[in-house]
Amino acid sequence: MTAFIIRRLLQSVGVVLVMSVIVFFGVNVVGDPVDMLVNPEADQAEIDRVIKSLGLDQPIHVQYYYFIVNALRGDLGTSFIFGEPALQLIVQRMPATLELAVVALLMAIIIGIPLGLYAGLKPDALSSKFIMSGSILGFSLPTFWVGLMMMMVFAVILGWLPTTGRGELGTFLGIRSSVFTLDGLSHVALPALNLALLKISLVIRLARAGTREAIHQDYIKFARAKGLSSSRIVFVHLLKNILIPVVTVLGLEFGSLIAFSVVTEFIFAWPGMGKLLIDSIQQLDRPVIVAYLIIIVLMFVVINLIVDILYSMLDPRVRLGEASP
Amino acid sequence: MSVVDDSRRADTDTGVKANAAADKGNEAPAKPRTAAVETPFQRFIATFFESAIATGALVVLTLIVLLAVFAPFFVPQNPYDLGQVDIMDSRQPPGGESLTGYTFWLGSDGAGRDLFSAILYGLRISLAVGVMSGLIAMVIGTAVGLTAAYAGGRVESLIMRIVDLQLSFPAILVALMLVTVLGKGIDKIMIALVTVQWAYYARTVRGTALVERQKEYVEAARCLGLSHARVVFSHIMPNCLAPLIVVVTVQTAHAIALEATLSFLGVGLPQTEPSLGLLISNGFEYMLSQKYWISFFPGIALLVTIVAINLVGDRLRDVLNPRLDR
Repeated sequence: MTAFIIRRLLQSVGVVLVMSVIVFFGVNVVGDPVDMLVNPEADQAEIDRVIKSLGLDQPIHVQYYYFIVNALRGDLGTSFIFGEPALQLIVQRMPATLELAVVALLMAIIIGIPLGLYAGLKPDALSSKFIMSGSILGFSLPTFWVGLMMMMVFAVILGWLPTTGRGELGTFLGIRSSVFTLDGLSHVALPALNLALLKISLVIRLARAGTREAIHQDYIKFARAKGLSSSRIVFVHLLKNILIPVVTVLGLEFGSLIAFSVVTEFIFAWPGMGKLLIDSIQQLDRPVIVAYLIIIVLMFVVINLIVDILYSMLDPRVRLGEASP
Repeated sequence: MSVVDDSRRADTDTGVKANAAADKGNEAPAKPRTAAVETPFQRFIATFFESAIATGALVVLTLIVLLAVFAPFFVPQNPYDLGQVDIMDSRQPPGGESLTGYTFWLGSDGAGRDLFSAILYGLRISLAVGVMSGLIAMVIGTAVGLTAAYAGGRVESLIMRIVDLQLSFPAILVALMLVTVLGKGIDKIMIALVTVQWAYYARTVRGTALVERQKEYVEAARCLGLSHARVVFSHIMPNCLAPLIVVVTVQTAHAIALEATLSFLGVGLPQTEPSLGLLISNGFEYMLSQKYWISFFPGIALLVTIVAINLVGDRLRDVLNPRLDR
């Protein structure tokens, strides 16, 4: 087990290094580094100063070395727009993104599992077929357009929910989040639902498939034979067993929620990392872009690492397969 | 399902015979298996059209493609010819009339373009970008996947490492990273889409090719002293096509959606190449003043296209029944 974790850790470090090379060359070789990293409004003296401080007059491998050393120190440049360290800007906005992703994840579970369970228990009912076609639609709909339409209907025409921003923040157990105030909740509802839509469809399908399979198992028959009430069978015996694959898959999908939050944050002007990225691209705030790319690669490598380790704990075949090539 | 499996096997069998016959310099023509039997292709077509939904989707898709391809011949207005567009006509609701007395059935956008015409022109760009990058990704992915399966050993494990690594990042993230580094433009977005997609093709092709490589006809072809390239491309590849076709449809739908998303975010195509995503994006600013149609109708066009492709792809998956490990 330890050997497996160490091997995976080394691989992750390798991935980060490869990605840092790609990002570095993307910024410094494909693009013009001076153009990319120096404020376009800077004068010649400023440009010379930055070229010197970034080491752009050095050979390329030395430049890469500086880049890595600075990155390790947490220095990924200073934003042209905000005048603050790029890393700090991103870290400040991370809680908002994580909050959105977590709320979306919860929504996927709360909405998806009951619907999937129902569709699995009554596969021939008209309502079940409706749910299943809905989930197919959920896979095909372009997320960003659905977000626009949701905003149009619920915020603009009906005026029930606010269109943009994060709302009032509340503090609970030292965590500041909009889910602790009513105003904040009304702000988070639409973006989170938009982000959750794809995952709801996924959970419905998983829960339905799980239910269809479990319902013919012996333990369900046995519970029936014992004379348990059908609600107890469904909510205790069945639910417990279909939760395992659903939770596993959702864990895997958490990363993609964070990636897709770029789109949702842009639509609903949610002040998270993704919104910052799009704003930075539009305002050519390149240090922030580079910092975002590095942070997000790190995040994904960590998520993948955790998933791999959890998997190997759940399924010993994974690490045994690794050991014997 | 058994019918389908048989048809695939029949396909492979006749393939072996045909290949063997061809390689021996046409000593004996491949004998037809039974006298009055439809070819596997005919059976495939017949099975496909058994589903009313899939047939409908195919009809809709064909219509969309025809509309997009022949758009310049019948649209009421060339939306990007400044001589035909009047800014005074901007933001007309659906059914509104232009200054020249022409009716905007789907309304007009912020610059006074007829939305119906703009959508068809946008569809052209969206489809072209999606299909082109899908095909390029297919060619690259297939070549890489076949190489991995045929070469085996270190080459294979290196290639599959890269594929796994890339697939562990969500497509939208990889695409976003690439367009931020590369910049805007139709060529750049295509590079991004191809980079995102080749790995799916490579994995699918490798999976099938690994199975095919073990079969006797490959051994036979190698015993005949054929070159590696010939064994791979004219013997193994044709037998990997079935799962590939399914992946092509699904990935093309994906590419179209991804391009629309990136263009919507303002990091995809430039304003001079207005795809559906850009049209929706342009309507975004007018939405808060209840001018819904500028975003709504291009979105519907996008949605119908994607759903139609997905439904056709679903049916193909059922009919061809490849064991896709997605």
